[in-house]
Amino acid sequence: MDAIRFNTPEEKGKINSLATDILRNVRINTGFLLWMGFLFTLLAACLFAYLIQLRKGLGVTGLRDFTSWGMYIANFVFFVATSLCGMLISSVLGLIGYKWVKPISRIAEIIAIAFAAVAGLVIISDMGRPDRLPYVFMFGRVQSPILWDVTVVTTYFVLSLLLWFFPMIPDLAIAKDRLEGRPKFLVKAYEILSFRWMHHEVQYRLLGQAVRILLILIIPTAFAIHTVTSWLFAVTPRVGWDSTIFGPYFISGAFVSGTAAVIIAMYFFRVNYRLGKYLNAETFERMGRVMVLVGIVYFYFNLNEFLVPGYKLKTGDAIHLRELFTGHYAAMFWGIQILGLIVPIILLLFKQIRRPLPMLIISLFVLVGSWFKRYIIVVPGQAHPNLPIQNVPVEWVVYKPTLIETAVTVASIVLVLIIITILAKLFPVVPIWEMAEEESEKDKITQ
Amino acid sequence: MSREKKEEGNRSNDLDRVIENSRRDFLRKVTLAGAVTVTGGAAIYSGHRFEKAKHREGYVKVLTEDNRLVEIPVEQMRDFKPDLKMLQSRGREGIPGRRWVMVIDLSKCRNARKCVEACQSAHHLRPYEYHINTLVMKESVNTPAYFMPKPCQHCDNPPCVSVCPVDATFKRQDGVVLIDNERCIGCRFCMAACPYSARIFHWQEPTQHEADSDKEYDVELNIPQKKGTITKCLFSADRLREGMLPYCVSACPNGVFYFGDENEDAVTNGTTKMTVRLSELLENNGGYRLMPELGTQPRVYYLPPKNRIFEFEEGEKREYKEEKA
Ligand code: SF4
Ligand code: SF4
Repeated sequence: MDAIRFNTPEEKGKINSLATDILRNVRINTGFLLWMGFLFTLLAACLFAYLIQLRKGLGVTGLRDFTSWGMYIANFVFFVATSLCGMLISSVLGLIGYKWVKPISRIAEIIAIAFAAVAGLVIISDMGRPDRLPYVFMFGRVQSPILWDVTVVTTYFVLSLLLWFFPMIPDLAIAKDRLEGRPKFLVKAYEILSFRWMHHEVQYRLLGQAVRILLILIIPTAFAIHTVTSWLFAVTPRVGWDSTIFGPYFISGAFVSGTAAVIIAMYFFRVNYRLGKYLNAETFERMGRVMVLVGIVYFYFNLNEFLVPGYKLKTGDAIHLRELFTGHYAAMFWGIQILGLIVPIILLLFKQIRRPLPMLIISLFVLVGSWFKRYIIVVPGQAHPNLPIQNVPVEWVVYKPTLIETAVTVASIVLVLIIITILAKLFPVVPIWEMAEEESEKDKITQ
Repeated sequence: MSREKKEEGNRSNDLDRVIENSRRDFLRKVTLAGAVTVTGGAAIYSGHRFEKAKHREGYVKVLTEDNRLVEIPVEQMRDFKPDLKMLQSRGREGIPGRRWVMVIDLSKCRNARKCVEACQSAHHLRPYEYHINTLVMKESVNTPAYFMPKPCQHCDNPPCVSVCPVDATFKRQDGVVLIDNERCIGCRFCMAACPYSARIFHWQEPTQHEADSDKEYDVELNIPQKKGTITKCLFSADRLREGMLPYCVSACPNGVFYFGDENEDAVTNGTTKMTVRLSELLENNGGYRLMPELGTQPRVYYLPPKNRIFEFEEGEKREYKEEKA
C-alpha cells in the first residue's frame, strides 16, 4: 500500500494547478502595502481618540450614569456574534458532511479569529480602569458572567486559531517549494510551520482526528460564547434585557451576521483573488440558502422577543416597546427588521437573486443591520430605569455617541480588517489539498 | 479645613444628644465594639472623645484590647491613624453583631435636599452626582405626587454584588454593601444590574481629586474618589464605626430618616434623636420596601406618604450643568 498521499502523477497535476491558482495571491505587492498603509494610518488616527479617552476618562464618550453601556458594548456583542460563523460553517455544516463548505471553511475561520481576537480589545476600551485588567485574573469571581465570557471567548479564539492552522499544515508543505520571489521570512515561516509534513497517510489520519476533535469541541464553545454574552444582559432585572430567550435569540442572530460576513468575504476573494473557480456561483447559491434558513430562525426569535411582551404590555415593557416601535428608535428598529432581515430573506428565496453580486449587496445590508440591531438591544433598555431620571444634566438623559467613541469603534473594525488582510494575504485562503481530494473524489464518481 | 471642624462639632453634638435620648444606648455600644477591634492596646480616638465628658482632669478612660477600662494620662494619648491595609480589612469585614437598617418616612419629606448636600460634601461629589437623590414620584394619574429620598438600598440579595467580576463591590456582615475603588475595574456591570439606579460612575476626575490625592483610601468613606471607578451610598460606614448616624440622617431637618440596628430592633430618628422600635414603626405605619418583586431584599424601608401636613410643592426646577473636563 502506498503510504504517501498525492503521489500519483494525476494527483500531483491537480495539486500543481490548484497551488498555482491559490498561491498566486500569496505575495506582498503594492496593492497590499497601500491597503495596509491606509488601514494603519486610519488605526493610528483612531487610537489617538482612545488616548484622549484614557487621559480624560470615559466622560469623553456619550455614556453617563443611566445609559452606561453603549456603542462599545453593542460593538462587542456584534463582534462575538460575527465570529460565530467559523463554528457554523466549518463545524455544523462540515460535520453534517456538506462538501461544498470546503473552499470557504478557511475564510470563515479567518473571520472568526479576527472578530474573536478584537472582541476582547473592544471590551477593554469600555473599561473605566483598563490598567486593572490583570485584576480579572487575580481576583476573578466565578459567579460573575464576565468571568465566564472571558474564559469562553479566549477558548473560542484558541480553538478557531487551531482550526484554521491544523488543516493548513499540508498546504504549507505544498506551498513552501512554490514561493519563489516571495520575501525570505515568509518562506522560512512556511518551512517552520509545515513541521516537515511528508503527506504520509498516518499524518493525514492523525490530522483528520485532531481536526474532528476540534470541530466537535468548538460547537459547545461557540454556543457558550454567545449565550454567555447574552447573559451579560439577561441576568439583570432590566426592561428589554430581562428575557429568558436571550441565549438562542443571540445565537440565531449571530448565525445571520456571521453568514453575511462570510458571503461578503467570499465575494471579495472571488473577485480580487480571481478564485471564481473555487468560490463559484454554486457555493454562493448554497450560502444564500443557509442565509434564508438562519434568517427565518432569527425572525422567529424576534417575533417571540417582541410580540409576547408587546401583547402583555407590562408597564416597563410598554415604555420600552413604544420607544422602539414608534418612538426615538423607531426608524432604526424598523430599518433593521425590514431592510436587514425580512426583505433579505424574501429576496433570497428566489434563485435568480442567489447569485454573487446581488448576494453581496444583500449581505452588506444584513451585516450593517446586525450591527445596529446590537445597538438597539443594548442602548434603549437602559434609558428607562425603574426609578425616574431626575436632577441630572439634560445630556445625561438620552445617550448620544460622541465622535471619540465612534473613532474608537472604527479602530476596532480597522483592526479586524488588518488581521483578516494579513491572514488572507500571507497564507492560502482556499485549502489546496482538500480541494485536490475533492476533485479526485469527483473524478472517481464520474468514472 | 473649616468644614472639617464644623463636621467635628456636629458629630459631638449628635453624640451628646444620642446619649441623652436613646433608651437603648445602642450607639454607645458601637463605640465600644469598634474599640475592641483595635490592636496593641492603643487608645482609641473615638473612645477618648466619648469619655471626655466624665473623666477627671488630665486623665482619660480607654478600653484595652482585653476589654478592660483603664485611665491613662492625656499626655500618653496618641492619635491613631489606621493604614490602608487595616482600613481595607476592617472595611470589608464590617461591624460584628450589627444589621444596619434605614427607614425613610415619606410623609415628612419636603425636598429640603439637606441629606443630598450633606452626603455630597462628605463624599466629595458634584451637585449632580448622587449617593442619595430625592426624586419626585407619581405612580399614576390619580395618586398624589410625593418626594422620595433614594439611597442605595443595601440589598441583602444584591444583584450588583453577584455580577461584579473582581469582588470590588461586596456585602458586609453588618448588611452594608460597599465599593472598593482600589479594586474596581470600571466595567459598570453592577450599574446595569442595579434596579434602583443607585450607582454612579466617575466619568471624569472627581471634583476634589487634587486635594484628596495624598489621603489614605478609606473604603468606608470612599475617599479619595477615583476616576474610572464606581461610587455609591455607603450608609456612611465611617460614621457607623464611630458610633454616629449617617450624614444624610443627621442632616435632615424634617425627621424623615430613621437609622439603626435590626438586631436590636431599634432605630433612631436623625432629627429628633428619638429611638423607637423598628418593628413597631413599620407595623404602625405600613412600612414597605421598593420593588419587592425583584427579590433583592433591601435594607431600606419606606413609610408611605400619608397624612402629610404640608402641601406638595415641587419648587423651582433645578438646572444642572455638567462640568466639562
Ligand atoms: S440598591 Fe443597587 S447598588 Fe444598592 S445594594 Fe441594591 S443592587 Fe446594589
Ligand atoms: S464597575 Fe467596579 S464595582 Fe461595578 S461590577 Fe465592575 S468592577 Fe465591580
